[in-house]
Amino acid sequence: MTIDAPKLTVVTGAENDPAARLRKRIFSVLAHMVLIAASILMLYPLLWLLAASFKPENEIFMSGIWPSLSWDIESYFRGWNAMRVSFSVFFMNSFVIAFLCVVGNLIACSMAAYAFARLQFKGRNVWFALMLMTLMLPGQVTLIPQYVLFRDLGWVNTILPLVVPKFLAVDAFFVFLMVQFFRGIPRELDEAAMMDGAGAWRIYWKIMLPLSVPVLVTAAIFTFIWTWDDFFGPLIYLNRMQDYTVMLGLRTFVDSTGESDFGGLFAMSVLSIVPIFVFFLLFQRLLIEGIATTGMKR
Amino acid sequence: MTVHAAEAAPQDAASGTSKWSRAWQNHAPGYLFLLPWFIGFFGLTLGPIISSFYLSFTDFDLLTSPDWVGLANYQRMFTNDRSFAQSMQVTFTFVLFSVPLKLAFALAIAILLNRGMKGLPLYRAMFYLPSLLGASVAIAILWRQIFAGDGLVNQFLANFGIIGPSWISNPKFSLWTLIILSVWQFGSPMIIFLAGLRQIPQDMYEAASLDGASKWRQFWKITLPLLTPVVFFNAIIQTIEAFKSFTPAFIISNGTGSPINSTLFYTLYLYNEAFSYFRMGYASALAWFLLLLIACFTAFSFLTSKYWVHYDD
Repeated sequence: MTIDAPKLTVVTGAENDPAARLRKRIFSVLAHMVLIAASILMLYPLLWLLAASFKPENEIFMSGIWPSLSWDIESYFRGWNAMRVSFSVFFMNSFVIAFLCVVGNLIACSMAAYAFARLQFKGRNVWFALMLMTLMLPGQVTLIPQYVLFRDLGWVNTILPLVVPKFLAVDAFFVFLMVQFFRGIPRELDEAAMMDGAGAWRIYWKIMLPLSVPVLVTAAIFTFIWTWDDFFGPLIYLNRMQDYTVMLGLRTFVDSTGESDFGGLFAMSVLSIVPIFVFFLLFQRLLIEGIATTGMKR
Repeated sequence: MTVHAAEAAPQDAASGTSKWSRAWQNHAPGYLFLLPWFIGFFGLTLGPIISSFYLSFTDFDLLTSPDWVGLANYQRMFTNDRSFAQSMQVTFTFVLFSVPLKLAFALAIAILLNRGMKGLPLYRAMFYLPSLLGASVAIAILWRQIFAGDGLVNQFLANFGIIGPSWISNPKFSLWTLIILSVWQFGSPMIIFLAGLRQIPQDMYEAASLDGASKWRQFWKITLPLLTPVVFFNAIIQTIEAFKSFTPAFIISNGTGSPINSTLFYTLYLYNEAFSYFRMGYASALAWFLLLLIACFTAFSFLTSKYWVHYDD
């Protein structure tokens, strides 16, 4: 880690003193112990969920708080088909919605960000300020008129109310994230291209986007995770079971069979977070950087 | 100046009629690139905001057109609606406890991690995972189980001979299970704290050590003051998020805010008014009041920030 470097070079008088060094050592061991204990406490519920999902139904609550390992995948099969509509359908729906939202956000937010970061037009600062203000806006304020609008368009019980807004750059977070990134790209590049007669579209397509892969990937992952997790949107707009997303499916599972089939419920819960977990494993660094630079909420 | 004018004149003359077209050429790409955002902003944000303001003065059930009722919705909120008062109390309790606790954990762990710890990336990742997963329905389901009568917490307590209550169905504790769930997700503010801590120049600590300042003193005199902008930022973001929190309360209480409305979050109440009872006018008034609350809170924070937030210049 880069932050370690300055520390190593500094040898103050106190650090030569063996007693001080010992104290430092003890402190470091204590800190590690606190951190390890805290991480176990943090991850324990997740590990318990995982272990419980691989247990025969009658053993889940017998095993106490340190469940022994077993690899019974019965619950997964039972949970997958526990309801009238199987989880294959829910997963398919969730993937389609998340994929379209990713595409929409990447196109629309990068276009808006390019305009804000690079193009000159009247009222740019005003529009930018308004865009930033929508970051703070609680979604409830637009909820009901949006619902009425989508109902009048005949979009209720379709995925359109969940997907189309993404193509209209309503996720100001990503516009902001991309503006920050675009501003860091050297202006000489697009000025040189402009000298060669390239227009705004060409510069956007041939220079900005290829140089912005990291921020585009970050936005794509966050969009996927947030859409995948989203519960409120689907709850309001999707009422037929064959249109449900995984999150709605899980919720219905709780309501219908959940009280009797904990094994199946836990198994499906585990599966529902697997896609997020995979993204976490693969792109952890990008996610953490994305949060650190923009201060995004999750 | 004269040279400039002379130069400019022929150019203007040359394009004389096309002054507009030149303006168009200069501004058009900007507007075109912003076109999707403009449609979204006017059609899905600004329009609906104005429209819900109007609806908040009406009686509207989605089926017949809205009836103007003046201030009746707001009047009902403040004088004749115990559920509203209850939801305010629940939400404020939640915000007041979950946000400071979450930030305290985030800051404490960030400071432990910032001391050039071995294994920092691993620790950071482990602490971050819950906040990435936390909003999911699966985690809310897990939480129901952990705090159920025969759940994990009580199995643990049973080892010490304590028979715990059913935490989620006891109105005294149910809200606390949600506060714990929120605090459990301290990972993302922690990452922002870590980024902020990295900005503090190392030589300030060196100078302080040479002067004999203890670590404790260094924390209060250097770390915390220099970190106040990040604390401020995190506090605002987390408070707004806490006001808007919905999914966990919905799942844990089966969408009702039970037991005895002890988890009736504001957003949950609003959702039920709108989509269970179809009182869209009243729900719009609730939404506008939420907007007002958040706006007031944000304005208040910014106004008071100059007394406690330390800025470099």
